[in-house]
Amino acid sequence: MSSQLNAVAEQINSIILGKSQQIRLAIACLLARGHLLIEDVPGVGKTTLAHAIATSLGLRFQRIQFTSDLLPADILGVSVYNRDSGGFEFHPGPVFTNVVLADEVNRATPRAQSALLEAMEENQVTIEGETRHLPMPFFVIATQNPSYQIGTFPLPESQLDRFLMRIELGYPDAQAERALLNGDNRRDMLLRLQPQLDPDGLARLQLEVQQVHASPALLDYLQALVNTTRRSPAFSHGLSPRASLALLQGARAWAYMDNRKHLLPEDVQAVLPAVVTHRLSPAGEPAGGSHGSLVAQLLQEVAIP
Amino acid sequence: MTVLPTILSSRPLGTRDIHWLTAVFLLAAGPHLLRMPLWISALVAGIAGARLLQVRLRGGLPKKWLLALVAVAAAGGILLQYRTLFGRDAGVSLLVVMLALKLLETGTRRDGMLLGFLGCFLLVTNFLHSQTIPTALYMLICAWLLVATLIGMQYTGPWPGWRHPVKRAGILIAQALPLMAVLFLLFPRVQGPLWGLPQDAYAGLSGLSDNMSPGSLNNLILSDSVAFRAEFNDGRTPDPKDLYWRGPVLWDYDGRTWTAPRLVQNIEELPADGNIDYTVTLEPHNKRWLFALEFPGRKPPRSMATRDMQLLSFTPVRSRMRYEMTSSIGAAYGADDDQSVLSRSLRLPAGSNPRTAAFAEELRSRHGDDRSLVAAVLDMFRNENFVYTLSPPLLGEQPVDEFLFGTRRGFCEHYASAFTVLMRAAGIPARVVTGYLGGEINPVGGYILVRQADAHAWVEIWLEKTGWVRVDPTAAVSPARVERGIASALPRSDPLPMFVRGDFALLQRMRLTWDSVTYTWNQWVLGYTPERQRRFLSHLGFSEATWQTMSVMLLIFAGIAVLFGAALALRDLRQTRPDAAKAAYDRFCRKLARRGLPRGAAEGPQVFAGRAAQQRPDLAAAINDITTLYVSLRYAGKMHPESLQMLERRSRTFKA
Repeated sequence: MSSQLNAVAEQINSIILGKSQQIRLAIACLLARGHLLIEDVPGVGKTTLAHAIATSLGLRFQRIQFTSDLLPADILGVSVYNRDSGGFEFHPGPVFTNVVLADEVNRATPRAQSALLEAMEENQVTIEGETRHLPMPFFVIATQNPSYQIGTFPLPESQLDRFLMRIELGYPDAQAERALLNGDNRRDMLLRLQPQLDPDGLARLQLEVQQVHASPALLDYLQALVNTTRRSPAFSHGLSPRASLALLQGARAWAYMDNRKHLLPEDVQAVLPAVVTHRLSPAGEPAGGSHGSLVAQLLQEVAIP
Repeated sequence: MTVLPTILSSRPLGTRDIHWLTAVFLLAAGPHLLRMPLWISALVAGIAGARLLQVRLRGGLPKKWLLALVAVAAAGGILLQYRTLFGRDAGVSLLVVMLALKLLETGTRRDGMLLGFLGCFLLVTNFLHSQTIPTALYMLICAWLLVATLIGMQYTGPWPGWRHPVKRAGILIAQALPLMAVLFLLFPRVQGPLWGLPQDAYAGLSGLSDNMSPGSLNNLILSDSVAFRAEFNDGRTPDPKDLYWRGPVLWDYDGRTWTAPRLVQNIEELPADGNIDYTVTLEPHNKRWLFALEFPGRKPPRSMATRDMQLLSFTPVRSRMRYEMTSSIGAAYGADDDQSVLSRSLRLPAGSNPRTAAFAEELRSRHGDDRSLVAAVLDMFRNENFVYTLSPPLLGEQPVDEFLFGTRRGFCEHYASAFTVLMRAAGIPARVVTGYLGGEINPVGGYILVRQADAHAWVEIWLEKTGWVRVDPTAAVSPARVERGIASALPRSDPLPMFVRGDFALLQRMRLTWDSVTYTWNQWVLGYTPERQRRFLSHLGFSEATWQTMSVMLLIFAGIAVLFGAALALRDLRQTRPDAAKAAYDRFCRKLARRGLPRGAAEGPQVFAGRAAQQRPDLAAAINDITTLYVSLRYAGKMHPESLQMLERRSRTFKA
């Protein structure tokens, strides 16, 4: 891995304590040009993580707090009549940036959600008949409260599928929490963060991730995993081809961060829970639930060819 | 909960498996339960119910000694019921009861599998009772569900829904069909069933018997079961009035009952110049008679002909039999019969039916010529108030007297009996002939269907210089019986089997189509005898196929099938054949596994190397070298032959 990525990871680790695995996954997700969904209860540092990633990568950052009265225009922008020029002038919304933190995305109505999700899929938005490209790189970090919390609109399966990875932060362990309590104010620390990369540098890294070699044996393994989810009666439906691609991309980024130019089965195993858990559901339950044990079982039972 | 369906050796059966097993068992035993004595059926149903209740209440299974006790008691009951434990009915009852008890001790998957396979055996026993198409279809459905039950027991993960095992079982059965067809066609056949059916299997068969008394035919008339079917060559069906299918010939009369003589002289040759050719497919009737139109011109194989023109099979007909036949309609025979035959055909018990005897003498005095005497009697039947009915009044000690001069209501057997007695009393040799008259032409299948309901009795008399000729007194009373069949001859109030009267055209048509399907089934499936098999094989170009050649063919076919399967498996094997690097790496892993360091199936090479190096620091360098080589070959796409050779060498020389 390039020294820059190391520095990025280290810097974020210094703010979010004891979550190095999740931070690695988040960076891998970005390198794989995917969007990230962070799901957990409030207060475990979701927003801080998103902020820290954006700042460390030297990206422009906007935050949208999703609420139940949020409108698509609040995200995308709006045209306003300008009396001086005598025409309409477009005021871009917060989505026109490199990193969008969509905070508590499942608090907004499906209508507002879909405005953002369209942008995620197309990397462009269409406002009043005019298509506007979003800046590159464009990366959405959405946070979401567990859907059993009050006042949430769970994301439908098709929209969950657009997030390359979903991670959970979880409570810090005792040691990390003690360090957190002893340490500085996180808000101040965020302000002091130095960018370790620039957008061009990130784009270069993303290109290099694409070059990571996937051997036929590795693809066999990946397909065996995907096929098992399709055949097994334990899942209500299997993984889509989009999920296979996401798995490959995520694993490539992971291998790249491990300073390798080729994929190992371990890379696939490392990213698999984050990539597939939100796309699978046990037979008889809706997607998006927490069923890590089933995915762990999948990893354990599918042999590496 | 697991992700993949896996097979475990002795998992306890789930509630669902028990439900399936019980249901399939009851389905397979169902036809038996309807036939068995009530107490056995009730016992079996009770046991099945107890098993379901036990599952529902989550109780324990009964103690072994209790089951043993019930088993012994049930076996005793069956012994009392049937006086044996063997044979078809007792054996099947025992099997059903024992399987039901097995259900009560089925706790593990192994037991469940055993019960499933025993269920297959139980299923087959249904064919001891019936081999019709509906039975076969029902058995097929049962077998399907049975296989599905067996498959259902193999799931360990979440239950995928009943469609899944049913579909899979359907595929399995469909895959077995070609095999079944080949075995059916090629498996060497033996004459008759492979193992003889138990003796009691034929108890229920109905048909003509070797004696006749007033009222004995009535039972037959009420049966719509098929006696035989006949297919005329070139589709030339004779007139209905010529369709006299000759059966038992009854010579001896004791005043009430006509009986066939135990022994009749055989004749070697029949006149083979018949004027009509046809093929008869005879249903089993557990007697020796083979039916043919009067008068038969040929002996079927494995049978003999008697002087009174009966055809007798060497052994009782216990399986469907097919024979080609030729007959000369309208002929007479036996003009040169000797005095012993004629005198036996004149014998009457002393003192019986005196009024008839007196009447015969009076007739004799009026008519010197035999033919005119016969005509006079027939005229009497025709013109006086004789009635043809299925429900005649009962007759007493002198049945012919009472019939001729009293009741005058009777059925074919009354007329035949009375006519023969009259003839004998008048000095004309006469005998009663029983058999079938007419039959129903099935236009769909192009054959004639003769039912038990077509049973008939008529008379033959001996005239000098002519021989034996047929006289049917019933025809004089009720010409419709001969011309249009039994249904039109009887008053509507008389009970007849539903199908014998063709009241509804559509129903009639459907019935005839169905019978034609059954006929084909009998011809080609049930009647696939050694002869048919030989003929089929000679069509394929194997003339004179013996069971040896057939066995060889079967073996060749099996060999081809095995080779084909092996080729498929080999292809799969080749597709998944690990490449050389993998083989070398596997060898290295096996060496470590022997030292108590097995690699998990889903353990990646680096993770494993880390773990192994930690546990065996002394080997760390070698492990890392080999892993690096393997990874670069297999995952990094660097297929240098030197690295492969090096990996192979390192793993060969690696010592754990």
